[in-house]
Amino acid sequence: MTFFKSYILVILSCLFSLNANAELTIEITQGTDSAVPIAIVPFSSSARLPVNIVDIIKSDLSHSGYFKVLDERKMLARPSQAGKVRFRNWQALGQDYLVIGQVRDERGRFKINFQLFDVYKGEQLMGYHMTVGARELRRSAHHISNIIYEKLTGLKGAFNTRIAYITSFRKKNGRQIYKLEVADADGFNPKTIASSREPLMSPAWSPDGKKIAYVSFEKKSSAIFIQDLATGKRSQVTKFRGINGAPAWSPNGGQLALTLSKDGSPDIYVLTLANQSLRKLTKSYGIDTEPSWSPDGRNIVFTSDRGGKPQLYLIPSSGGRVKRLTFDGDYNAKGSFSRDGKHLTMVHANRGDYRIAVMDMATRSIDILTRGKLDESPSFAPNGSMILYSTKFGKTSALAAVSTDGRMHQRLAFSRGKVREPAWSP
Amino acid sequence: MKYIKSLLLLVFVSVVITGCSSDGEGGFNLFGSEDEAATTGYKDDPSLSGTESPGLSSDAGFDQGYDDGGSKLLGPEFSDPNNPLSHQTIYFMYDSSQVRDEFISVVQAHAQYLVANPGQRIILEGHADERGSREYNIALGEQRAKSVLLMMEVQGVSPGQIEVVSYGEEKPAAMELDEAAWQLNRRVEVVYQ
Repeated sequence: MTFFKSYILVILSCLFSLNANAELTIEITQGTDSAVPIAIVPFSSSARLPVNIVDIIKSDLSHSGYFKVLDERKMLARPSQAGKVRFRNWQALGQDYLVIGQVRDERGRFKINFQLFDVYKGEQLMGYHMTVGARELRRSAHHISNIIYEKLTGLKGAFNTRIAYITSFRKKNGRQIYKLEVADADGFNPKTIASSREPLMSPAWSPDGKKIAYVSFEKKSSAIFIQDLATGKRSQVTKFRGINGAPAWSPNGGQLALTLSKDGSPDIYVLTLANQSLRKLTKSYGIDTEPSWSPDGRNIVFTSDRGGKPQLYLIPSSGGRVKRLTFDGDYNAKGSFSRDGKHLTMVHANRGDYRIAVMDMATRSIDILTRGKLDESPSFAPNGSMILYSTKFGKTSALAAVSTDGRMHQRLAFSRGKVREPAWSP
Repeated sequence: MKYIKSLLLLVFVSVVITGCSSDGEGGFNLFGSEDEAATTGYKDDPSLSGTESPGLSSDAGFDQGYDDGGSKLLGPEFSDPNNPLSHQTIYFMYDSSQVRDEFISVVQAHAQYLVANPGQRIILEGHADERGSREYNIALGEQRAKSVLLMMEVQGVSPGQIEVVSYGEEKPAAMELDEAAWQLNRRVEVVYQ
């Protein structure tokens, strides 16, 4: 508990401004039939709360794709105490699970109690309470979502994580502005990390979630920077002649794989951050780029056109023989692994439509998950359940998410500008 | 227009801008605040968007390459539509970095001009259409710029006169999502300094 409290305090005081409005709305464009019905009764409260905790929990759980949240208007009763729960009511509504709770104002802090019930067994699965300040309510709501999600699915929740992404828009005076932003995973608290009149690209989270590496053209050619999120301090990592691109952190955070073309064609290099030593990993006459580490740090997947068309290849991160991974389709690029290493997501095209696909690493078979024409930049949720990517709506680019099994699709709409290159935090 | 831009760029790079302030909440603004930018020597001219080069104070040496090359105004041949020098964009086929036959005369004309004017410097800006992944497109844009570079070097242009930068799909010339727009985006721009 103490750890949780101090964690949210640090995050809130350092990173996010409190009065930031949501600039992003999430809309489920295709749900799943197998979603589990759950009723979340509005929590009773002795005080008016600055944020609606139950709305956040409902939104989190329904957006996960695993749950179908009961419409409040259909509820026959709204109990907030375990003694008042009549399971038959909820069974009649076809609900599998029920959440109730209470919030008490304790001299400026809030004590939140909640209980989760199995409606058919008529028993409590868990009870939980926490005391938080007003500023921590939003994070606490996500924390409750995580607890419920983990209890019922066995997977860790990702509701308290963040996403980084790039936006660009043209100001009234015609000037193009590029921004690197970070927001909560539900789109709240968007915050500008860097902005420039020249392109910003390829944000990559450090494994501890404290830093972001990215590419900036602010000096009229590319350079890689690492920026600390809490302090805003940043350092230039590479600025060689030619391409400085596609930074990817090693799982232990000590190394950065990246693309440089200083010797001619773009190749993959590994930079050890502690001593700035640079090791060339791939050598080919064509394009090698978009490195990404396997979760055990032993291998690096990358895009190469050494076979004529862009395809994904694997190389040991210490160097060695290159193995081709993809054979389906005429374009496979920007590969990255799920945290458990069981799946690899990529941009996949066959005769013109660029879509997000996932490879089962055990069978090496590919599933195409999306139906856009220009989908790109897939990024796994830390629990592997969802893939965030960028797509086109009309003429603008926006973010979307798909469950790793391809059954649930979401659209994430921002209020202005083009949004792209999402990266899900650890 | 390009040479006017180049001239203006020269004026602007001579204004050394080192404004690079944290926004106080952990963010990093690469040109100061948007409003501040207007007061530190930037002109609100839309045609100039993307041509300013505000460096960080810690990297002040970077802009040197741009300060010394382009001090002279380009001649009238660059605006004569019958002169190949008036074409400063070379277009490419999908996923290809081969200079098409119809643009060889354009590349040769610029190469000859550069040979005749060894003090003149250019940037070859490589671009890609927006299909496919972004970093791959950066690589593709560079390949395109480098194939123009190679053709110019064969013509005798000194490598020191040419700088290559690839923007991939980050700076599209046309915003539509169709082949007509993509054709315009698969390009190398010859930018005189």
